[in-house]
Amino acid sequence: MSNYLLIESRDPFESNEVAYFYGLAKDLAQAGHGVTLFLVQNGVLPARPSVQAEAVAAVARAGVEVLADDFALRERGIAADRLAVGVKAASLEVVVDRLAAGHKALWH
Amino acid sequence: MPDKKSLTFVLMDPPYENARTTTALRLMDIAVRRGHDINVFAYEGAVNVAFSKQSPHANAVHGRDAEQEDHPNPKDWVAALFQEAEKRGSRLDWVQCGLCVDERGAGECIPGLRRGSPADLVKFTETSTNTLVIPTK
Repeated sequence: MSNYLLIESRDPFESNEVAYFYGLAKDLAQAGHGVTLFLVQNGVLPARPSVQAEAVAAVARAGVEVLADDFALRERGIAADRLAVGVKAASLEVVVDRLAAGHKALWH
Repeated sequence: MPDKKSLTFVLMDPPYENARTTTALRLMDIAVRRGHDINVFAYEGAVNVAFSKQSPHANAVHGRDAEQEDHPNPKDWVAALFQEAEKRGSRLDWVQCGLCVDERGAGECIPGLRRGSPADLVKFTETSTNTLVIPTK
């Protein structure tokens, strides 16, 4: 089994492809891989309670660690203590550390 | 540094266009501060990220002169990365895709970068701990 780092930079309200990336994260986790979905830039927008929050929560329920860039959250006025279920705020340092640890990384 | 790694970042976006450039530079900054060696392969519009003719400017709409505007230029962020790498004992190897540079007339870049080709990217990926491709769309 491998460890995957999926970085989502796009807003699901703007790009339908985001749902496929969420699906990839879920499928990898359900196949037994360790998966982190790191939300960055406009990718953090579904981390606030909204109609898209359930899609992110479903990813977390599948066993994916869902993290949101704390810098991107602050830029967009999204309070780190009021995130959607299953999403945690995290520093971008996580991405570098997991790259250094050899996690297979995909950017979308 | 016992956990020193080599990370490769592949950039495609031109400067001033998308948050991807800022995020990429943030990632590199963190990696350099961690003491890792960094390879960068800049191609397509990304060869202009370190274009040396970028200059700060005033903003007449806001009534601010160039100093007040304090306009950020990515070439300065790249230069700061090189300075930080030197301070930390990290190696920063930034390769500009030569064909992409020629297409755009972007040969004037800040010191420290070098001209190369996709063959350099292959070498980077073969010798790095990991590679992150940050594509445009």
